[in-house]
Amino acid sequence: MSEPIVWLTIFVLSIFVGIEVISKVSSTLHTPLMSGANAIHGIILLGAILVTGTTSNNVALAVGLVAIVLAAVNMVGGFVVTDRMLQMFVRKPVKKTASTDGAGETK
Amino acid sequence: MPTWVQLVFLACGVCFILALKGLSGPKTARNGNLLGAAGAVVACAVPFFWRDLNLQHVPLILAAILVGTIGGVYGARKVQMTQMPQMVALFNGVGGGAAALVALLELQEHGEFFDWFPLAATAFTVVVGSVSFAGSVVTFAKLQELMTSRPVVFPGLPVAFGGSFVAAVVLSVMLVNEPQMWIGIVLGLLGLVIGLLLVLPVGGADVPIVISLLNAFTGLTVAAGGYVLSNTVLLIAGTLVGASGTFLTLLMANAMGRSVANILFGALKGGSTLGGGEVSDRPVKSAGPEDIAILLGYAERVIVVPGYGLAVAQAQHTLRELVDVLIARGTHVDYAIHPVAGRMPGHMNVLLAEAQVPYEQLIEMDEINSEFKQTDVVLVVGANDVVNPAARTTPSAPIYGMPILNADEAKQVVFLKRSMRPGFAGIENELLFEPSTTLLFGDAKETLGKVLAAVKAL
Repeated sequence: MSEPIVWLTIFVLSIFVGIEVISKVSSTLHTPLMSGANAIHGIILLGAILVTGTTSNNVALAVGLVAIVLAAVNMVGGFVVTDRMLQMFVRKPVKKTASTDGAGETK
Repeated sequence: MPTWVQLVFLACGVCFILALKGLSGPKTARNGNLLGAAGAVVACAVPFFWRDLNLQHVPLILAAILVGTIGGVYGARKVQMTQMPQMVALFNGVGGGAAALVALLELQEHGEFFDWFPLAATAFTVVVGSVSFAGSVVTFAKLQELMTSRPVVFPGLPVAFGGSFVAAVVLSVMLVNEPQMWIGIVLGLLGLVIGLLLVLPVGGADVPIVISLLNAFTGLTVAAGGYVLSNTVLLIAGTLVGASGTFLTLLMANAMGRSVANILFGALKGGSTLGGGEVSDRPVKSAGPEDIAILLGYAERVIVVPGYGLAVAQAQHTLRELVDVLIARGTHVDYAIHPVAGRMPGHMNVLLAEAQVPYEQLIEMDEINSEFKQTDVVLVVGANDVVNPAARTTPSAPIYGMPILNADEAKQVVFLKRSMRPGFAGIENELLFEPSTTLLFGDAKETLGKVLAAVKAL
């Protein structure tokens, strides 16, 4: 198999996997899912590191460092914010009389 | 590329697949997200342990990562849940921008050795990454209300958009023929213009769909970038996000009864996402908190319809207290959740979960819509468009065709509203003028507090 075909194969199969794994998502989780997917494409950070770390041109280095900052914001911020959202979906251990203790947490 | 590197990348790709899988179920979502994060961290650590790569500028790179990490964590922790959509938009935009820069750098370093296909992928990455960046910034500005959330249309816009698009295609062909840096830079600038022109005409209510679409764009950008860099994990991760993001966008558009093309280009074709936005002076029936308390206190079946206004007023906790008191009085109360309540699909669930509303009380639209007929009081707090019957009756309305909550079928409807201003879609709600509707004006938190006190006193 020639190399472009290998890449094409990975690409096409990934499309199907990408659709298949989220096809049963409930609308409740649309926001966290979008946010989580958003964090995953922050993996461009890896690309930014590779390009920046192998350049010997100063302008390219500067541009590369900007790309690293942006990509790190995307990746780290994305995962942290998704986790913050999902924390709220975790069922608290038997939480019944919420009206009294909830008031203190309204901040 | 050494075998161990390729194996690590493969493992990280699997992490991302499992992460998305996990994120689509409520029980597994959090672990899924953490698994994705672990995969991403491991993948990004590889270059530092990859001897033959001979990575230069390590201290600078680590410093840049640190800066980005601090910025990301700060933003992610500080953001209020109501502002989540614009935060996601911003994170998405910077990712797209980073991908465009990476492709430009690769063009500069290795462009002359590239075949036509990697060059085409480079052009794609630069243009679409820039589109995603500029589009997300405009989206952020719209949602953060740094600019108007109405559609912005000017006479030459379709021509300008078409022109930039054609220019981008022509320049991409030129770049494939002759890999020159200036063409890449111009492509990036054109991408910024296209992104700007793409999102400006989109009306506020449709912005969430655009966020999702731009998210998918960035995914595809990263995938193309992965091909340019011959990096499997970028290709896999980017494609996964691109495919699932596109699918999610279609799901959301479906939930709103709109097509993606209509959302993007509706305003260009004749202002269909434009609403009047003026304040009506038609007579309405309004009442005080005590009257509403009596209505609620003696109802057997109450459905609460929460909207974005609830979250803006930070009234989720007071609302939950009120519902708890009503339930203690023996009233059957549920929350009816429209799929696009809030400003992003599922946003309302996040906001109510934050206020510790039990998951079981949140009922999705399809399940609860048949129950409105037997409902004594529907309490609409800070919502408008999702109960607007115009979606069923008025073909000219921008929200026409969107499935809505059948609040108008209930015996009584109570609207908690700040003013008579129309909702996010900018259209008047006929339901407000029905004889069965009562309005309670004021800040949602304050008025809910008064209603709560009055119900307790009953």
